[in-house]
Amino acid sequence: MIDVKALVKTFKDGPIETRVLRGIDFSARDGEFVAVMGRSGAGKSTLLYQMSLLDEPTSGEIRINGKEAHLLSEHEKMLFRLTKFGYVFQDYALLPELTALENVALPFLMQGAPRAAAQEKAAVALARVGLTGRLGNLPSQLSGGEQQRVSVSRAIAHKPDILFADEPTANLDRESSARVINIFNELHLAGQTIIMVTHEDEYARITDRIVTLDDGRVISDVPVR
Amino acid sequence: MFSPVNIRVGFYLALRQLRRTSVWTTSLIVFVMLLTFLNLVVVTGILVGIVEGISNQYRQMETGDLYVTALDTKDYIENSQQVLAFVRALPETKRVTARSSTGGRIEANYLTRDLNEKPNETAATVTGIDSVAENAFSGLSGEIGEGQYLAPGDYDAVLLGSQFVDRYSFGEMPGLTPLTNVYPGTKIRLTVNGATREMTVKGIIVSKANSPLALKVFMPGGQLRQLLGRTDQNVSEIAVRLAPGADRAALRDLLVRSGIAENAKVRTFEDSIPNGIAEVTGTFAAIGNAISSIGLVVAAITIFIVIFINAITRRKFIGILKGIGISGAAIELSYMFQSFFYAFMGAGAGFAILYGFLVPYISAHPIALPISNAVLVAPLSSTVFRILILVVTTIVAGYLPARMIVRKNTLDSILGRN
Repeated sequence: MIDVKALVKTFKDGPIETRVLRGIDFSARDGEFVAVMGRSGAGKSTLLYQMSLLDEPTSGEIRINGKEAHLLSEHEKMLFRLTKFGYVFQDYALLPELTALENVALPFLMQGAPRAAAQEKAAVALARVGLTGRLGNLPSQLSGGEQQRVSVSRAIAHKPDILFADEPTANLDRESSARVINIFNELHLAGQTIIMVTHEDEYARITDRIVTLDDGRVISDVPVR
Repeated sequence: MFSPVNIRVGFYLALRQLRRTSVWTTSLIVFVMLLTFLNLVVVTGILVGIVEGISNQYRQMETGDLYVTALDTKDYIENSQQVLAFVRALPETKRVTARSSTGGRIEANYLTRDLNEKPNETAATVTGIDSVAENAFSGLSGEIGEGQYLAPGDYDAVLLGSQFVDRYSFGEMPGLTPLTNVYPGTKIRLTVNGATREMTVKGIIVSKANSPLALKVFMPGGQLRQLLGRTDQNVSEIAVRLAPGADRAALRDLLVRSGIAENAKVRTFEDSIPNGIAEVTGTFAAIGNAISSIGLVVAAITIFIVIFINAITRRKFIGILKGIGISGAAIELSYMFQSFFYAFMGAGAGFAILYGFLVPYISAHPIALPISNAVLVAPLSSTVFRILILVVTTIVAGYLPARMIVRKNTLDSILGRN
């Protein structure tokens, strides 16, 4: 499904170059749930951003379903993000002026769905994460856990090929974190491919594989079950 | 960029942003747009209105809607009474006045000056009128600033235009020396056609410098004809005021076709306004447009700054929108819709104020300026054109900063990196 080869990412700040990814090889199969771990600054999030086409690698290859994703135009990448990927960010990344329902419905509108159909699908997705009663709430009227569930709902509503999650429980209390991880687990059991960056061993253990990075390199890649 | 999906999503985002923006912020931006619109329309409108005021004075006080005057080769209109009868019989005619005009000289202070002293005299256009008909036509009695208007039966009485009286004069002009110590009741000498007669100043017309009244001496028409040695009833000009909505050009053509043009020049008000008025109007309009365009630039910069600050503070969310697959074009369109909203609301409010209050109010109460009583000239077509200019400029001013932010790297926007 996703295959990364010799991925390098270098940040430049004037004359100073910082190589964050130093030739990463990585792959994930359809339906696989992979945890990416490592200490702070190891390059976990950077790897996730390159794979999810939010950023451009300095060099290397990213193949998604056999397609050379790193060579796509901006417009094609946008379409990929809209239709093939789902994102869950650490800080929820909801749009503050849109209600929970509108946040989730927005990608459907961009796909050309009529408004009523988009809202219907969004309502189903929100029900799936237990937020039926919060459809009309703005993000500011929701707790952190609820906001993250809206974010998960937005990420999965359009049934993406791959769900990318960047430390989805980092800002949540234990109860909310457990709830989000349970949702991920259910999605995985339903066949969803998930690549999740996390610091939490406990949550990494529910995945199929744990890939550990250090200093921009993969230092271990071990199955969990 | 303008695909239906982009437009729909852009509108959807714009609407929600506007709904949840502070009412005060929105009101302030709309207010700036309102002022810009009024600046665009009113500044030019008043400048053009100054010239319009001058033109209106000519129309009101001199030419009316149709102006029949003697041919250049004649001092009077042949068969004037027949012409008068014809125009009075037209159903569109509301008022008519007939005047006899000739060149002459007036002199003051001749009783008190030394023999060696230069006479206090000046050239003047002397106009003989029927005081009742003239007043009904132009409201001339309302222009009398000192003394009284001519009454039927007055003899040896004149009204002096303000340029002939030093205390009202706007200064000397070639061939015109204002008279000193002239008040109602003062005797002056009037010379026309070689005949000199002592007259009494009955009233002084106090008018704007550019008024057609400023350089005229009015006297009873019958007496002027006597001084000219004329025994006929012919006059040198006939001014006709038409009923509102009457087609001036069509009536002019009717008079021409009727044969009147063989003995007189037949012109509409527009044909007869002094040369250069149109050029002055154009000049004032250009000055107004120049001033207004500065206002337009200020408004564009305001919107640019507002949208830029909005887009900068929302950069993270713009990044998120791009991250979840919303096209850059849809995001840019959302800011263009917001700019359109601000411009439309501002221009809409301005339009309502302009035509609901300013134009009718200033028409009823012209702005008294030394040069004329200025009105606000705001033709609908020109106003609509200015609204379009404002809206387009504002949309562009909103689009540019949005594009600048949308073009930034998606991840940098999400993470707030520079």
